[in-house]
Amino acid sequence: MKVVFEETKGLTGVPMRYCPGCGHGIAHRLVAEVIEELGVRERSVGVVPVGCSVFLDEYINCDGIQGPHGRGPAIATGIKRSKPNVIVFSYQGDGDLASIGMAETIHAAARSENITIIFINNAIYGMTGGQMAPTTLVGMRSTTCPAGRSIEVNGYPFKMCELLATLPGASYLARTSLDKAANVIKTKKAIEKAFKTQIQGKGFSMVEILSPCPTDWGMTPRAAIDRLKDEMIPYFPLGVYRDWEKEEKERAKAREEDKVEA
Amino acid sequence: MAERTLMKGNEALAEGAIRAGCRFFAGYPITPQNEVPEYMSWRMPQEGGFFIQAESEVAAINMLFGSAATGARVMTSSSSPGISLKQEGISYCAGADLPIFYANVVRGGPGLGNIAPAQGDYFQATRGGGHGDYRVFVMAPNSVTEMANFPKRCYDVAFKYRVPSMILADGILGQMMEPVEFDFDPVDPDTFPEFDWTIGDAAGRERRVVKSYDLRPGRLEEWNFERQKRFDTIEAEESAWDSEGIDDCELLVTSYGSCSRISKSAVKLARDNGLAVGLLRPITLYPFPKRAFKEAAKGVKNILVVEMSLGQYIEDVQLSVEGAAPIHFHGRPAGGIPTAEEIYEIIKKIMGK
Ligand SMILES: Cc1ncc(C[n+]2csc(CCOP(=O)(O)OP(=O)(O)O)c2C)c(N)n1
Ligand code: SF4
Repeated sequence: MKVVFEETKGLTGVPMRYCPGCGHGIAHRLVAEVIEELGVRERSVGVVPVGCSVFLDEYINCDGIQGPHGRGPAIATGIKRSKPNVIVFSYQGDGDLASIGMAETIHAAARSENITIIFINNAIYGMTGGQMAPTTLVGMRSTTCPAGRSIEVNGYPFKMCELLATLPGASYLARTSLDKAANVIKTKKAIEKAFKTQIQGKGFSMVEILSPCPTDWGMTPRAAIDRLKDEMIPYFPLGVYRDWEKEEKERAKAREEDKVEA
Repeated sequence: MAERTLMKGNEALAEGAIRAGCRFFAGYPITPQNEVPEYMSWRMPQEGGFFIQAESEVAAINMLFGSAATGARVMTSSSSPGISLKQEGISYCAGADLPIFYANVVRGGPGLGNIAPAQGDYFQATRGGGHGDYRVFVMAPNSVTEMANFPKRCYDVAFKYRVPSMILADGILGQMMEPVEFDFDPVDPDTFPEFDWTIGDAAGRERRVVKSYDLRPGRLEEWNFERQKRFDTIEAEESAWDSEGIDDCELLVTSYGSCSRISKSAVKLARDNGLAVGLLRPITLYPFPKRAFKEAAKGVKNILVVEMSLGQYIEDVQLSVEGAAPIHFHGRPAGGIPTAEEIYEIIKKIMGK
C-alpha cells in the first residue's frame, strides 16, 4: 500500500486541546512540518510563551523551554548565543510579543539575532479570557473594552511587520493568514523561508500569522474566518515585508548597473 | 596561582566569575556595578565567551534563563533597582531548576535612593526575592579577595543543587581596591561532564523541556517538596561563617559584608581597651549559619547586631540564637554608614563601661 499522507514526525501525536476553530493548532502543525522537512528537528528548541500556546512543548516534537510572558526573544538569544548550532524559534501571541515583550522583540530584531519568531496575531488575549490586545482592532470589543477599542483611550493597534521592517536587522518579515487553504500553504512557505533564513545564518526572521480566536471573539469558527478576511486583513495587509535574499539580489543588480554606467 | 594583584572589587568579581568558568554574561548599566559589565565586555571574548549589553535587566535575566538551559555557566550583575526587575526571571530559573549566578552590588533605596553603599536588600536576597517558594544561595563577601573567590563557590553550589546563587555586595566592596589572591585554578568549562537536563542537540536522546510549570494534579506540590529537600541539604551542608575572639567574649558583635569590616575595627578598638568582645560574621546569608550563631550565643551576656539597614539582618540572628542572650541593635539605613567609633561607643554602653 502506498502512503499518501502521514502525520509529520515534527508533532508528538498528543491531541491538542485548543478550542474548535482556533488557529494555534494549524500554526503548530506547520512549524512542526517545516522543522522536520528541513532536517533540523533534532537540533531545534522551541521557546514556549505564556498564552494559550503555553502547551506547545507537548505538541511539537523537539526540545523546548517555557519562560516568562513576553521574554521569548531574550530567552532565544541566550540559547542561540551559547549554542549557535541550535535552531531556535520563539512562538508568541500578540500580547506576549507586542505588549509586555515589545522591547525584547524590537531589540532582538535590531541585533538581527539569528532566531525565528512565529507570531500569532489573533487580536486578543486568548488565555486570560478575551482582554484587549495591542493588535485589537479599533472598534473591536473585548472584555476590557466592552464598548469596542477606542482611539481616544487605547490608541491604534500595532502593525508589527511594518514596525520591524524599518530596522536594518530584520532579515525576513512576512505576514500571512489562516483564513483559507491557499493562505495556509503560503503560511507554511513563509515559515520555511524564516527557518532557512536562520539556518543560513542570515539573521532575524519573523512570520506574523493572522489567526482566528472564535472563543474570545464570541463567534462561530465560520464567522471568525470571515472576520479575518473582512476586518483583519484590510488593517494588517498580507505580504513579505523584508526579504534579505531579494534585497541582496537587488543590491547586486544595482552594483552591476553602476559598473555598466561607469 | 598565589600571585597577588591589585584589583577593584567589581573587576575582581568579574574576573573571579570568568576563572570559575562563566562564559555568558548579560547585563544593563547601573551604578555602582558598571565595572562588571565593562570588564566582561572585553574579557569574555578572550575566553571564547559571550558578553551582551541587554536592552533591560528584564531581558538580561531572560537571556541567562535561555543560556543556563544549555548548561553554560552564566552571570548577570546589577544594583538594587535592576535586581528588583530581574526577580520574575530569577523565580523562573528557580522554578525550572536552572543554576545561575548573579551579583547585587547594593545601593541605597527604596526607589532610586542613591548610589552609596547600603544593605537594604537583605530580605529580598535571603527570602527568595521573586514570587514562589524558593531560596537563593547567597554569599556576602567583605573583601576584594572574597569578591574574586566567591563566584566559584556560587557556581559549585548552584550546579550541585540546581538552584540560583548570588553575591550580595555593596558599593564599598565594588569600588574599593585591594590585593587579590585567587584560591582556585581557572576552571575550563569544556571539561564539564554532559548534563542530563540541558536543551539543544537532541539527536540520540529523548527530547527535553525546561519549564517551571506543572498543571497535573499533585505534581507541582511534589516538585516543590523535592526542591525543598535540596534546600534542606544546602542548609545542612553549605553554610559558612567567620569569627574572631568569640570563645572568651561577653559581648558578641555581628554584621555581614562591608559592615562587618567596620564592626571588626570597632571590636579591635574594644579589645585593645580590654573589653571581652568577639565578632561573628556569616559568609553565607542563605543558608544562614544558624548553628554557629546558636553555639556562639551560649556563653555571652549580650549580642550586638550592626547592619546598614533598619532591622533586616537582625531577624536571622534572632531566629538563630533563639533568645539565648539579649540582642541590641544598631542600624543605619541607606544614606548612612556607621563608623567604628560610633559602634565602639555602643559597645561600651552595653557593657556598662
Ligand atoms: C507577567 C505576567 N503578566 C500577565 C500574565 C497573564 N497572562 C497570561 S497569558 C496572557 C496574554 C496572552 O495573550 P496572547 O499573548 O495574545 O496569547 P494568546 O493567549 O491569545 O494566544 C496574560 C496577560 C502572566 N502570565 N505573566
Ligand atoms: S481562546 Fe482563542 S486562542 Fe485560545 S485556544 Fe481558544 S480559540 Fe485558541
